[in-house]
Amino acid sequence: MTTTAQPTAELGRARKRKEDARLITGRTRWTDNISLPGMLHMAIVRSPLAHAKITRIGTDAARQMPGVHGVFTAADLGAQDISLPCAWQITPDMKSPKAPPLAVDTVHFAGEGVAVVVARDPASAADAVEAVEVDYDELPPVLDMEAALADGATLVHPDLGTNRNAVWVFDSAEAGTGGDVEQAIRDSEVVVKRRFRQQRLIPAFMEPRSVVVDPTGEQLTMWSATQVPHILKTMASLTLGVPEHKVRVIAPDVGGGFGGKLQVTPEEAVALLVARRMGKAVKWTETRSESILAAHHGRAQIQDITIAARRDGTVTGLKVELLADMGAYLRLVTPGIPILGAFMFNSIYKFPAYRFACTNVFTNKTPTDAYRGAGRPEATFAIERIMAELAAELGMDPLELREQNWIKHEEFPFTTVAGLTYDSGNYEAATAKARELFDYDGLRAEQRRRREANDPVQLGIGISTYTEMCGLAPSRVLGSLSYGAGGWEHASIRMLASGKVEVVTGVSPHGQGHETAWSQIVADKLGVPFEDIEVLHGDTQSSPKGLDTYGSRSLAVGGIAVVKASDKVVEKARKVAAHMLECSEADLEFVQGKFTIKGSNRGVTIQEVALATFTSHNIPEGMEPSLDSDYTFDPENFSFPHGTHLCAAEVDTETGWVTIRRYVCVDDVGKVVNPLIVEGQIHGGLAQGIAQALFEEATYDEGGTLTSGTLADYLVPSAADLPSFITDRTETPATSNPLGVKGVGEAGTIASTPAVVNAVLDAVRHLGVTDIDMPCTPQRVWRAVHAARGAAKSTSEHVTDTAAGGGLGSMDVQGGAQ
Amino acid sequence: MIPSAFDYLAATSVEEAIQALSGAGEDAKVLAGGQSLIPVLRLRLAAPTVVVDLNKISELRGVREDGDAIVVGAMTTHHDVIHDPLVREHAALLALATQTVGDPQIRHRGTLGGALVHADPAGDLLAPAVALDAEMVIAGPDGRRTVPASEFFVELFTTAVQPDELLVEVRIPKKTGWGAHYEKFQRVAQAWSIVAVAAAVRTEGGSITEARVALTNMATTPVRATGVEQALIGQPATAETIRAAAEHAAEGSSPMSDGNADADYREHLARVLTGRAVAAAAGVGS
Repeated sequence: MTTTAQPTAELGRARKRKEDARLITGRTRWTDNISLPGMLHMAIVRSPLAHAKITRIGTDAARQMPGVHGVFTAADLGAQDISLPCAWQITPDMKSPKAPPLAVDTVHFAGEGVAVVVARDPASAADAVEAVEVDYDELPPVLDMEAALADGATLVHPDLGTNRNAVWVFDSAEAGTGGDVEQAIRDSEVVVKRRFRQQRLIPAFMEPRSVVVDPTGEQLTMWSATQVPHILKTMASLTLGVPEHKVRVIAPDVGGGFGGKLQVTPEEAVALLVARRMGKAVKWTETRSESILAAHHGRAQIQDITIAARRDGTVTGLKVELLADMGAYLRLVTPGIPILGAFMFNSIYKFPAYRFACTNVFTNKTPTDAYRGAGRPEATFAIERIMAELAAELGMDPLELREQNWIKHEEFPFTTVAGLTYDSGNYEAATAKARELFDYDGLRAEQRRRREANDPVQLGIGISTYTEMCGLAPSRVLGSLSYGAGGWEHASIRMLASGKVEVVTGVSPHGQGHETAWSQIVADKLGVPFEDIEVLHGDTQSSPKGLDTYGSRSLAVGGIAVVKASDKVVEKARKVAAHMLECSEADLEFVQGKFTIKGSNRGVTIQEVALATFTSHNIPEGMEPSLDSDYTFDPENFSFPHGTHLCAAEVDTETGWVTIRRYVCVDDVGKVVNPLIVEGQIHGGLAQGIAQALFEEATYDEGGTLTSGTLADYLVPSAADLPSFITDRTETPATSNPLGVKGVGEAGTIASTPAVVNAVLDAVRHLGVTDIDMPCTPQRVWRAVHAARGAAKSTSEHVTDTAAGGGLGSMDVQGGAQ
Repeated sequence: MIPSAFDYLAATSVEEAIQALSGAGEDAKVLAGGQSLIPVLRLRLAAPTVVVDLNKISELRGVREDGDAIVVGAMTTHHDVIHDPLVREHAALLALATQTVGDPQIRHRGTLGGALVHADPAGDLLAPAVALDAEMVIAGPDGRRTVPASEFFVELFTTAVQPDELLVEVRIPKKTGWGAHYEKFQRVAQAWSIVAVAAAVRTEGGSITEARVALTNMATTPVRATGVEQALIGQPATAETIRAAAEHAAEGSSPMSDGNADADYREHLARVLTGRAVAAAAGVGS
């Protein structure tokens, strides 16, 4: 349809984000800076114990404190029978514990709310929390997943009769998508088996969670620092007994989430109950300590991976057995998180046989749920680590092993052994580009020199040729996985009288830059200036329909709804324009915001059409006097970004210190709306993925107390701890949507972790090290090298342990120093 | 989080501050740069009844020369220490170690005196103070007294400064022309030191004539590595002699085990890092 030689004005343009000035300066509306007349403040009394019977909650002293308006337990609020929602019944026999917003008789993790203090100001509430006396009878905590599944184990929820939440299985032989993996393993020439640990992580979003509830007015209004205002509205209605049309939820500007705010939280429920009971607005804003302790965690899996292959490197089967830590309760999508990885372990490789079995386990720890990547980082880590191990076993170059087994670009669309159809991809192109940017051959030569010289600083190269499924969407697929909602997304375009445009989106940005990207899309589609477009979001009153932001879905689903709604506006405008120009619609072409009669200079702009429609003095007979248009988009497929990440790491064998020497990633996220935003997503994603590899770990002591409870102990890296990234892209358009776009929000996190760990191991593998648990701390790396050297001395043989090598798996490592 | 309620006094002189402390007994806390006290208050790990703020006492800031020593006011910020020409010339080790403290925001707020009196064993300025034979000038109701750094650090988070006293000055004997290095080992840039080594050496004609080595976080108080110092003195400044001397680094230490490092790994790190620190201070490639 483009009739000029000019490139499109906005798509592909690296615009700076229009929302950044207000977000960076903080001159905007966050939940915590909302202040309403007569508003009260909440503070939560939390259990210091992981597992205990509550024998008494003494609130009298706290009630007497100055400024205190009330102290409530679950019973006081009538909350004993309320259960926070879990939207994902992954199997028909899944065990679901009751999950009250405040503990009723028993606390099930350290940090669980026991009572709530309501006071006239936050300081009074904090003081009164210390005056609430709670007596406990301690119960033994269930902390280890394997111990939790053993016969006679203490039960987290005795009424369920087991700590096993569910077992979810995919078997390619049963599904008809491939062969029998046990047969493949029996028939194979090489089998490599490893156990990998996905440590527990803490999302560590920048803005702590916060909620304000105003019960005055016909609609109860809830502001929340959430990723999911629409889901929160529906779920608040379903679980708290407020009719859905009597609730309005607003997510104002939200400072990050990473999945950590994809939740319907106990505190939101408590705030609503307290506000209704007291008839006054109430606010709760968590402290950083509370956020780390009580907001949901992520990852926490034990992965037993078996790969089968022929001697020539052809893979023949993959078996995945997972234990996934649910923590103490099922939150919104807790049990489904590991299942989101079920289709991704086979990744880009042509496995003829595949089996995935995941056992979800309850423990007395903070509940887990979505964290950036949600299931796919775990899968990508396991497959990319085991491919490195297989390459080492076979004595092959790990990049060549991958190339031998991956789907060739001419084989797309390709239906995998897990039953997904990858629409497009070009792994060869991304890898070739990455290899060149990285100087793969040069670094391999340097690695050889350092090995030969027995340099105390060794060099390793790690590879991750990942793909992932994102753009959570196809509603029928989500239905087939028994997910409790659809995956569509909604958009509305409002053409204002003055020619300005309001774009209403159902996604809920919390740092992604949707206002900029959506404006760029609409500017191109409607031919109006970028500055004339306002993007409205995050308020169920102005944006009544949506399924919010997570799973790298906003552009590939919500952005396409914007495209389709724009198309409808143009079609309506075309009718009016033809009427104004007294020609037929077929005679009009629409270019850069103007309808022109082909072969003439006569035309009208879309702004003129908007004004004419506003007045409606003279529009086509019978036409509805509006250009405004809605679209609800439900894609036919996920999107499948892919790419090649190469990491060179130097390991100081004397101290165990790891330095990332070079990091190259070439990602293929399809067509790009704004390269600067994509670059930002990749950089942030890499930082979080590298953080899992080297820095971050939520740790508990033997009593179930979180020992990584501050940011001095839970080590989130800063720019000072990360290398300069060399990033580039290839562009293989998605065929599943009209923009050709794929998700990018999680790709960097999904891809990078195994690249780094593979690099660390590649640096010290020749010393006899075969695995190091994450995070690869200096002490763990040093001990692995030290142990391998000791073993080499005593046996003068290569260490070929398959499990976590050198006794590292049993090492009790806690975070934090002081 | 929100601290417990406390009375706040912004003293304008040392005398006023000491008077306030004398009246408040053990329940008073002194606010210097606030980089340790404020987090402790916010986490409610401490609940003082009175906080005495020293930030308005201008006499406690700045660096001056006094004969064979330089004198650093206790409220001199890390940033000012790093950029002070007297410190750089006569106590380079202190400037180098201070550069590794926190981040620019922390270095603009935090003070030398505050860091020393807080006496966190993982703090980076304790070992340099010991290595440089600094003297701590303490003011109290009965006047001023001077305590050598070697006796100043009493226990974990405990110094010779009594509840009604203030550290007012740090006197550092000049070590002009000495080589210096602070070798710090930490998990991330803003984390505490797992182990760090402060080293200052004087070389003459290729031989080490004097050496001062002290270790951070190898005990509850900073450890002077006298075994290393003795093994270095009179030796040629070579990689071999330094490496051999560094083998003594963990002697006399009693490191703890925590989530970042077990005691044996800390001892190993002390030896490796001491070799590197001394080599860098002596200008020897390791």
